[in-house]
Amino acid sequence: MSRIGLFVCHCGINIAATVDVERVAEVVGRDSHVVFATDYKYMCSDPGQQLIKDAIVEHGLDGVIVAACSPGMHEKTFRATAAAVGLNPYRCEIANIREQCSWVHQEEPERATEKAIEIVRTMVEKVRRDEDLVPFELPITRRALVIGGGVAGLEAALSIASAGYPVVLVEREGYLGGKMARLSGTYLNFEAAPDLLQQRVGRVLNHPNIRVLLNAQVTGLEGYVGNFKAEVSGSRVQIPGSNLKPEAPKPETLEVGAVVVATGWDPYPLERLPEYGGGRVPDVIDGLAFEEMLRPGGELRRPSDGRVPREVVFVQCAGSRDPERGVSYCSKVCCMYVAKQAMMFKERVPEGQAYVFYIDIRSAGKGYDEYVQRAMEQHDVLYLRGKVSKIFRRGGRVVVWGADTLAGRPVEVEVDLVVLATAMLPSRGAIPLAQTLHIQTDGYGFYNEAHPKLRPVESLTAGIFLAGAGQGPKDIPEAVAQAGGAAAKVLQLFAQEAMVQEPTVAYVVEELCAACGACVAVCPYEAREIHPVRGIATVNAALCQTCGACVVACPNKASRIHNWEPGQVLAMADVLTEMSS
Amino acid sequence: MATAFELDLTFGREVQTRSGAPVLRCYFCQKCTAGCPVAYAMDYKPAQVLRLIQLGQRDVVLSSSAIWLCVGCEACGTRCPNQIRLAPMFDTLRYMALEEGYSPDPAVYALHRSFLDSIRLWGRVHELTMLMEYKLRSPFGSDLLADIRVGLTLLLKGKITHLPERVRGLAQVRRLYKEAERRSSTEVET
Repeated sequence: MSRIGLFVCHCGINIAATVDVERVAEVVGRDSHVVFATDYKYMCSDPGQQLIKDAIVEHGLDGVIVAACSPGMHEKTFRATAAAVGLNPYRCEIANIREQCSWVHQEEPERATEKAIEIVRTMVEKVRRDEDLVPFELPITRRALVIGGGVAGLEAALSIASAGYPVVLVEREGYLGGKMARLSGTYLNFEAAPDLLQQRVGRVLNHPNIRVLLNAQVTGLEGYVGNFKAEVSGSRVQIPGSNLKPEAPKPETLEVGAVVVATGWDPYPLERLPEYGGGRVPDVIDGLAFEEMLRPGGELRRPSDGRVPREVVFVQCAGSRDPERGVSYCSKVCCMYVAKQAMMFKERVPEGQAYVFYIDIRSAGKGYDEYVQRAMEQHDVLYLRGKVSKIFRRGGRVVVWGADTLAGRPVEVEVDLVVLATAMLPSRGAIPLAQTLHIQTDGYGFYNEAHPKLRPVESLTAGIFLAGAGQGPKDIPEAVAQAGGAAAKVLQLFAQEAMVQEPTVAYVVEELCAACGACVAVCPYEAREIHPVRGIATVNAALCQTCGACVVACPNKASRIHNWEPGQVLAMADVLTEMSS
Repeated sequence: MATAFELDLTFGREVQTRSGAPVLRCYFCQKCTAGCPVAYAMDYKPAQVLRLIQLGQRDVVLSSSAIWLCVGCEACGTRCPNQIRLAPMFDTLRYMALEEGYSPDPAVYALHRSFLDSIRLWGRVHELTMLMEYKLRSPFGSDLLADIRVGLTLLLKGKITHLPERVRGLAQVRRLYKEAERRSSTEVET
């Protein structure tokens, strides 16, 4: 005979206004396994939790049921409450009578009360059969892998390395700095991008905790949070001014505890904008090509004849916000860098004229709108509100057909050079890399964050974090901020003594297992495999997410989950079938 | 297809310098137009006039009826988030139109002239004589007696006075006129 305590929560009026909580406690309290039953206004409050603690001690309870909100809300809270007075926390269970009962049956209080009683009674059957479980600990490899050597990857690597942990930085190209290395300068303060970057790159190359692999790629990733094995092919090359010795390219396996994915972006290809002369008209170029002209050492000349352009048109949203031909999202950085490029052009060619075609100006950020206004007011950049319809050659010049919707007139401008502010796409390697790492991407190939509001730097795979434009279009300060956040998450992981894993995971009853492999095939987390020597299926408890797919798939009932045993689930089902019959 | 039009970017600077209204700052929220009591009668609404100035459409702006219809109530300028005071801007546009030989709407021009003449004469507006002058200046003789009923009612109720009164500082008012004429004549010459 068990000694179960039942604690029914009112949740203010959330539950009590619909469900007769006193009746639930009274009816289920008659069960011979329930030795104590009560109700209270807010079980999660301090007095509510004290009530539970006192009852456990006073009545010598060996199981606790809290009939309240979803276990997602307070399972941890109440298990800690039970553990505080010596009850094994896995003998404390939640009966969800709020989300799954009172909230959805507000029109029918009597039937809701009946349902709440059924829900709680199924839990009595479960808790009766619950066993003491102990969380297990896993070691952590305190080394991080950072994929991508752009401004986000550099920041993440430096932050982790400066906290004292070794970092391996893998970069696909033969240089560090990513797209920022191709920029002339940054907006708002016009600081030269090469100067800003050089210092960072130097610190990374000379950091004793950072190993840089160039021309390198991650080709495989196994394991789980804290204990990954990454296959990396690539080389470390001689960098002028650095003391690193060149290394021959060779594949190797790295043991790492966390991964930061910072693979950045690629521009929307010009060739995919034929109506704007992309790939056809030599004097139609993209923003990155114009950046290279503006860089120290670059020459501001037209590609066709090498003349210095006097008049330049900038076309915003070239490929962005165009679900029909391009991508439907806003690339976010173009409004700002076009303003910068137009002003830089005017500084080089003061008698020249810059025109900007735009749909909306999106200049959200500290000092951003003032910056765009400055381009208009002080640099006489003419902003024309309307999407360009066509760009073509006429004689030696380029003709842009657009409209000025503010004046309500079509506009034709004939200029020397056209700069298309092309959309930001995820790096061309993002989708295959996501498959290698087992992380998700959206329809465009941007990595999915674990939660769009509250977990923006984590992937859904534990131990893999996101930084920079690979997760979505963003500018340099945002990429740096996200990289710092990702680094903090890595350090949070490394700061633990060991990883504590929930024990409510799958296990195998070895004598029942026929090694058929059904569990291996259905497991979405790659937690199952057939032991090569023993001929039985095994569970990697660190990867198991307790989804139960293997339990359902196993023909022999050999795959099971702790405290979700077949006997428990059937007894719970029996309660429901008895009551409805 | 597309109509080409000249983009004379000096026009905006010129209007900005002469009127003191930072017209290049306008971002077309249209708040000015939303509150304008005469926008309904304008060929181009106040915000459109600003845009046409930015686009250097000198001819379109200076030949528009809008610049003559503005009554200078300053609702627009008071409300503008960019401190563009449109009334002085419209004044400037009227000067520019006259300087460059654009002929204003005759009735509007007649009203402005009569108003200014009345003030020069009396130091303040005397409605009765101002309206008489306006009627005589107006090109449409048939309208001569159009407002007579309203005028009589106002007169009988004492809302407007029979005889004009001079203000005490008339000499100062006239000095203002002289100064304004001197300045505008030098401006025209330069």
